[in-house]
Amino acid sequence: MDKPVNQRAWILVLPVVILVAFSSVIPMMTVVNYSFQDTFGGNEFFWVGLEWYRELLRSERLWDALGRQLLFSAIILAIEIPLGILVALCMPKKGWIASLCLVLMALPLLIPYNVVGTIWQIFGRSDIGLLGRIVSDMGISYNYAQNAFDAWVTVIAMDVWHWTSLVALLSYAGLRSIPNAYYQAAQIDQASRWSVFRYIELPKMRGVLIIAVLLRFMDSFMIYTEPFVLTGGGPGNATTFLSIDLVKMALGQFDLGPAAAFSLMYFLVILLISYVFYTVMITTDKDGATQ
Amino acid sequence: MASITLEKLAHSYLHSPQVQADFAVKEVNHTWEDGRAYALLGPSGCGKTTLLNIMSGLLKPTRGRILFGDQDVTAISTAERNIAQVFQFPVVYDTMTVGQNLAFPLRNRGMEASYISERVARISQMIGLDAHLDQKARGLSADLKQKISLGRGVVREDVNAILFDEPLTVIDPHLKWELRTQLKSLHREFGHTMIYVTHDQTEALTFAEKVVVMHDGMVVQIGTPQELFDAPAHVFVGYFIGSPGMNFIPVSLEGNVAETNGHAINLAKDYGRPSGKVVLGIRPEFIRLAKDGGLPVRINHIRDAGRQKFVSAALLDAGPNAGSDTEIDIVVDADIEIGEDMTNAVFDPAKVSVFCDDWRIEGGS
Repeated sequence: MDKPVNQRAWILVLPVVILVAFSSVIPMMTVVNYSFQDTFGGNEFFWVGLEWYRELLRSERLWDALGRQLLFSAIILAIEIPLGILVALCMPKKGWIASLCLVLMALPLLIPYNVVGTIWQIFGRSDIGLLGRIVSDMGISYNYAQNAFDAWVTVIAMDVWHWTSLVALLSYAGLRSIPNAYYQAAQIDQASRWSVFRYIELPKMRGVLIIAVLLRFMDSFMIYTEPFVLTGGGPGNATTFLSIDLVKMALGQFDLGPAAAFSLMYFLVILLISYVFYTVMITTDKDGATQ
Repeated sequence: MASITLEKLAHSYLHSPQVQADFAVKEVNHTWEDGRAYALLGPSGCGKTTLLNIMSGLLKPTRGRILFGDQDVTAISTAERNIAQVFQFPVVYDTMTVGQNLAFPLRNRGMEASYISERVARISQMIGLDAHLDQKARGLSADLKQKISLGRGVVREDVNAILFDEPLTVIDPHLKWELRTQLKSLHREFGHTMIYVTHDQTEALTFAEKVVVMHDGMVVQIGTPQELFDAPAHVFVGYFIGSPGMNFIPVSLEGNVAETNGHAINLAKDYGRPSGKVVLGIRPEFIRLAKDGGLPVRINHIRDAGRQKFVSAALLDAGPNAGSDTEIDIVVDADIEIGEDMTNAVFDPAKVSVFCDDWRIEGGS
């Protein structure tokens, strides 16, 4: 039997095609277009080929920002994932206290990025900020505006405060889905608390943890607002992460060509790392299933 | 190993239970003798699992005591009670191999490596897991996973008892038989006390030497399968054991004559004059259809099941409240022809049970 051919079906996907074209494909192609050209304003463009890419790859600026960025994301993951799991393990299983915990946990997630930045910017000031004042009074020199280490600590604290809840909530959901029989069996088998975590809870949380790691990686890799509000990327270039550098280049210096090349490489790096993450985690998952 | 005694044991899931109905397990007094194979039989929600979890220490009873031998273990933890339990749904440690799963309870108790590997090899061979020992437990079929659970249950030699909580629910029918047989041979070999919870009477009757029947949070009867069939102690046992279950006919009783709707039934024994709601119980297997000499019935339909015929009939009402016919089931051998004129149901007097307010009463001669 012949399958009926009906080309009119294309019309049904048209709205999506238009939407995606205007929201993603056309802006993206504009960026690609810029990245191969030079302009001095006045809508005049000159073809430069791969010049911007070559220049960027040779410049230390990109590599420094990338290095800072990777270090930052690594620290964020290393703190937020274990901390989130720990918090989820400590949360009560049911009752009104559990509901209260969930609401309290969700609160930081509802606060806009720039507000988080502002909160900590004021919180950490040594003249009027509560935290900054206490730390200074304890005799520890702390000034995020002048000391690179202090700026890092502050940005990391901000991010941990803002996003650990997400990991905790996801982990909590994973923990709650474990049937009670597993805990009972572990009790019968005389498993230690560590064994219960290692052999029951962690494997069962695997799915949500993959999502948590991916979300936290991608988001921390694109961090912009918090360091921008805090020090604008300083002191010096200490907290100039990729996106801050990109904006400096595109809007501060108005170097559209290099900035376009920069953003494309930035995009590729995120895509690549996310892909690697995902593949590695899914493959080990499958290995476990088929071996 | 020791016998397990439940003393005035009761459990409620409520904070402050007030009335009988608040209790999931109402006062249970029972001793599980050492080394026997028991089945704990009852419908879903009758308190079987609760009772099991209390014995293994996963639940703390609201009232009463549990003794292992002479030792009171009510307050002792699951680990110290040294009990194995297998759950309804397979519990496996996903990231471990099958072998590691089986070894887990032994390793946690700090056994020697040589003993563990020997024991794991032995058990895996007995329950047919030896071909899978090095596979990861994740991704195995439900059957194999439940075999792992069973294996972890029986891998320890020194346990006080092994409790099975409907372990074959998720298993394919043809494998159920095989696994049950393996459990029986494990019981013969190691002589552990085994308590097997089920709501499937076939499973209970084929597995156990003694069946404990639970109903609505109470143990209503303990006996061999034959005793449960012949002399049910409670209306529920009569109804629950046997397929179809026992027929119940409300009667008024005096001496050895029961009367229902104007018809008299002669009984083998003298029951005096019991006060309370009296019913006669007769199993479908012990009713015969005849031309005369019994209670008049109307045959509603006959279902031929090969070896036997299942007859559904109604006792005809001659009394004042006509219309409320009592439905009864009759089982007849396949080779007996049921004629048009066989409209009388004859009860075998020796097989009639009498219940007063749901409990069996014995008559004198």
